[in-house]
Amino acid sequence: MSDIALAPPARAPSWEFLTRLVRDKPLGAICGVVCVLFLLCGVFADVLAPYGFNQISPLNRLKPPSWAFPFGTDNLGRDMLSRCIYGARMSVIIGFSAAALATAVSVTIGVLCAWLGGWFDMLVQRFVDAWMSFPELIVLIVVVSVLGPGMGQIIVVLGLALGIAGSRIIRGAVLSVRQTMYVHAAQSIGAKSRRIVWRHLLPNVMAPVIVLFTNRVGTAILAESGLSFLGFGVPPPAPTWGAMLSGSGRAYMYQGPWLALAPGLCLTIVVFAISMFGDALRDLLDPRMRGSR
Amino acid sequence: MPALLEVRGLTTRFRSSGGTVTAVDDVSFDVAQGETLAIVGESGSGKSVTALSILRLIPTPPGRIEAGQVLFEGQDLLTLDDAGIRAIRGSRIGMIFQEPMSSLNPALTIGLQVAEPIVEHRGATWRDALTRARGLLDRVRIPDAAQRLAAYPHQFSGGMRQRVMIAMAQACEPTLTIADEPTTALDVTVQAQILDLLKTRSEETGSALVLITHDLGVVARYASRVAVMYAGRIVEIAPARRLYRTPQHPYTRGLMQSVPRLDSDTAERLVPIEGQPPDLGRLPQGCAFAPRCRVVMPRCRTERPVLAQIADNHAAACFHHA
Repeated sequence: MSDIALAPPARAPSWEFLTRLVRDKPLGAICGVVCVLFLLCGVFADVLAPYGFNQISPLNRLKPPSWAFPFGTDNLGRDMLSRCIYGARMSVIIGFSAAALATAVSVTIGVLCAWLGGWFDMLVQRFVDAWMSFPELIVLIVVVSVLGPGMGQIIVVLGLALGIAGSRIIRGAVLSVRQTMYVHAAQSIGAKSRRIVWRHLLPNVMAPVIVLFTNRVGTAILAESGLSFLGFGVPPPAPTWGAMLSGSGRAYMYQGPWLALAPGLCLTIVVFAISMFGDALRDLLDPRMRGSR
Repeated sequence: MPALLEVRGLTTRFRSSGGTVTAVDDVSFDVAQGETLAIVGESGSGKSVTALSILRLIPTPPGRIEAGQVLFEGQDLLTLDDAGIRAIRGSRIGMIFQEPMSSLNPALTIGLQVAEPIVEHRGATWRDALTRARGLLDRVRIPDAAQRLAAYPHQFSGGMRQRVMIAMAQACEPTLTIADEPTTALDVTVQAQILDLLKTRSEETGSALVLITHDLGVVARYASRVAVMYAGRIVEIAPARRLYRTPQHPYTRGLMQSVPRLDSDTAERLVPIEGQPPDLGRLPQGCAFAPRCRVVMPRCRTERPVLAQIADNHAAACFHHA
């Protein structure tokens, strides 16, 4: 009999995980660093930003990037670097809160539908169908125009909207895991539904959950930018990347292209980094892929 | 001695777009304490569905147990509520599946999976259950059991995983173990080891064994009684020796003749059973085996023979013995 498994059990300490990340997924590691920098920017915006986000300097209006103002200044003479750093804070809060809420909603709906099945699944999924036929932005605009703009509303609405749509993915994943022999085996040893869901289903759908979460962080940041662009976002003068793009960025596109480039690049890099990091995490963390290399 | 398990008139149907299929049709048999009953038959004869029906593991829909009783220690499992049947599964009746490669959860360690039934049914703490799990792995002869508790299923070979499944199924010392083709997916060299292990473990725990297989060699060596299934029905049931010496149903005889024997001195040719296994959705009106039977009579095509006692402990469903 072949005893492949004399190797020590795979319970990797965290530093070993980090070396694996760097060795196997260098791009993922770089993107992870970018994500951490982005998080730090958000958290320590007060310390990092050289100027206040709303500090007006009429003498320095529309200055191109220089040593004093690395990202230039806008039409009111506000430092773009500081505004981007403060914008990161809004994006961190909105992106991660909305994505966390969305993932929780997706997992709850997806697991309940797939596990319970029957008329419950039927009803809920028709509701999800109906929901998905509306573009998210329309729903957002309606809710924000009724409730008024504000960060809380945006997080809740984005979380629900993205969560309901994402429940499809989780439901599909759970359905396929549900058919596996080990779930039958768990039933055959008399395990309760709750235990089967927690111990046998959820760990095996972690791969789509991780990907969904990172994808949702990016989507939520973009959606908030879109809302701000349309004027339904977090009210000014709070700096968000979307509002910077749509406000001064668009108005002064010809006089000061850096007004749009700075927040636009921030947005692109961060969203890209988050999704690449998510992919790398999925590849490394998914227990089903352990030992597959 | 009263039977440990009495299956009476068990009927399980599956609904599909093509109509209703009766996978298990009015099946009755007993299992005494500590005995090994083999259920043999070709693919689609209903043996696995019979096993799953006993523990009510048939996915509903499309499947449904439509009639019958499954009396286990005098209690009808088919009328128990969910909590009742859960208390039986894994505790009083253990089950081993066909596919050791896929019947362990890839995301959990071996130890947690073997310990799970102990926690579930005995209310043990995980710490105690893991200690017990180590002993169980020792007893299914997994070397280095203490280390292996923390390993994941992908680090095990097929035979090792099936040992783990045996440890899991017998963690709570059930009085009945149902093994659904436990060796079909394994290398031939490992098959005998697993079956020997299953047998000794059952003897150690005093568990009766229902062994579902299509391998007559397995049956001869391990079973004390044999039930032969064809098209969802039991066509013959007898003690193993008797069935080998004097098979009565033409299907059983056909099976015996189609298996090579090492002990036959003449150069007999193998005789295959002609024809195809029947489509369960469109069974003939009479005996399901009639279209393939060598000794078919006109009556066989219009009437369905019932399982009738032809000697002590020996019953067959054939008009030639009625």
